Amino acid sequence: MTLVTEASPSRRPAGRGPGGARPRRVVDHGAWFLVLPALLPILVLSVGPLLYGILLAFTDAQSGRTEPTQWIGALNFRDLLHDTLFWESFRIGLVWALGVTVPQFLLALGLALLLNQDLRLRWLARALAIIPWAMPEVVVGIMWRLVYNPDAGILNEALRDLGLGGGRDWLSGLATALPAVILVGVWAGMPQTTIALLAGLQNTPRELHEAAAVDGASAWRRFRTVTWPALRPIALAITALNLIWNFNSFALVYVLTSGGPGGRTRLPMLFAYEEAFRYGQFGYAAAMGCVMVAVISIALAVFLAGRLRGGDNA
Amino acid sequence: MRTSTPARVGQYTALLAYLAFLAFPFLWLVSTAFKPPRELGSLHPTWIPEDPTLANFRQAFDEQPLLHAALNSLLAALAAAVVAVLIATPMAYVVARRRSRLAKAVTGWVVVSQAFPFVLLIIPLFLVLKNLRLVNSVPGLVLVYVVWALPFALWMLAGYVRAVPPELEEAAAVDGAGRLRTLVSVTAPLLAPGIVATGLFAFITAWNEFFFALVLLKTPEKQTLPVVLTHFIGAEGVADLGPLAAAAFLATLPSLVVFAIIQRRITGGMLTGAVKS
Repeated sequence: MTLVTEASPSRRPAGRGPGGARPRRVVDHGAWFLVLPALLPILVLSVGPLLYGILLAFTDAQSGRTEPTQWIGALNFRDLLHDTLFWESFRIGLVWALGVTVPQFLLALGLALLLNQDLRLRWLARALAIIPWAMPEVVVGIMWRLVYNPDAGILNEALRDLGLGGGRDWLSGLATALPAVILVGVWAGMPQTTIALLAGLQNTPRELHEAAAVDGASAWRRFRTVTWPALRPIALAITALNLIWNFNSFALVYVLTSGGPGGRTRLPMLFAYEEAFRYGQFGYAAAMGCVMVAVISIALAVFLAGRLRGGDNA
Repeated sequence: MRTSTPARVGQYTALLAYLAFLAFPFLWLVSTAFKPPRELGSLHPTWIPEDPTLANFRQAFDEQPLLHAALNSLLAALAAAVVAVLIATPMAYVVARRRSRLAKAVTGWVVVSQAFPFVLLIIPLFLVLKNLRLVNSVPGLVLVYVVWALPFALWMLAGYVRAVPPELEEAAAVDGAGRLRTLVSVTAPLLAPGIVATGLFAFITAWNEFFFALVLLKTPEKQTLPVVLTHFIGAEGVADLGPLAAAAFLATLPSLVVFAIIQRRITGGMLTGAVKS
């Protein structure tokens, strides 16, 4: 899933504007038939499988086995607890998610502020931003493999030109692989984050800015007192979503390194994918999925709680 | 507000650095796609191919069933987009117009569905589709894509519905038009641009999708473009760079074109969806 960025759950005051529309005559209780075409697939193909998936985590389901699947209680979770490889992939997933999201946010914020100015090349930045956004993740991965290629890649050639060595195989070096894929992650998600923040900036009242400038407030002070408070809801929402998406990401790293070298870039999703579809351990992989969901939910709950508290003194 | 000259210089430097960061990997992909083997093998790669060739493209089509894969991708993405929009539009309408438990549940589900690791969804779906004999088939993939596209389709469409003033519908109702009549002749035409934008967006995400396709499609003649692209990368990670670049470049073109057309509408649609929910 790539988008649905500005998920700011800020609510309009009831009864104000079109968003606060009260039940209208055109949609009364007889409207259920409008909902069914979407509700049925959602229940059958989304909610149902999710519940089924959670159930599977408590079974010994495997692919291609003739004996019937058995209920084994929390055994999968007990095994998972002692599975050091899984926790290693979990740690890598966290490093990757933070390593992509944080620099990406800072860069995107700087850029959004920049693009909010009257600069000449703004249109070009906007046009180019489409490239990473619209590209299939598989192609992004392939493209960066070409960039990182030890011999024919542009990165090493540029380093050689600058006299900084080169000839490194970035994606298969034990120390360089994770930073290398993180850089790709930053590149791939920058435009979305930038455009979301830019949209937020354009919603902040210009008059406030000008008033603050007239009063002689410094740029930093204007940012802190005018820009940031207005931007905060969107910034927090996009950061939360980016963290979750990155933690769950698959295609990019699959194409770049397939989790290698030596599992150094094996994200949890890659691990669960291998477990399920290479080794056929459906029950065990489902248990991994459950642990991932649990951790994400807890993190999200903590984040939202902090956000509500922070909302008072923002 | 006036900005000082040093600040301007700093701003333009930062902007140029950003543009370079955005553009160079892509330019490198394009450049690689047109390079003859001699230039690809050279230890000092050229920025711009000195001797540009289309041989890589021909070789790419010879090595992998690209045309067939593109057709599969097109079918899957088109079917998923059409079905998703058809079933999401009425629901989005109800969600946008009525403050009800259902609307809240749908909004909640849209948010929650963003947080799920797909592996938890795909294992049971794989088992179900296997029983229905829909594994390794494009229709099976379409089913998955429809459900996968629904959350953001609902989200975007609800935003577009809210942008249509309810007063118009009330006026039609006062004039004696029935509910369905009002929807079809008053609301639907106003929603059309939003519906098209949502459909195109669903199309692009399905065209680009990889994980579900990788899991569900087993044989090369059923696989979509992103999956077939990975076949260019050998088991040892060794790749024939020229054809790989050529195929990757071709796979991106449709997305880039469609996205360039709808980009503004997407941001607009998501914003209205977000701000007014």
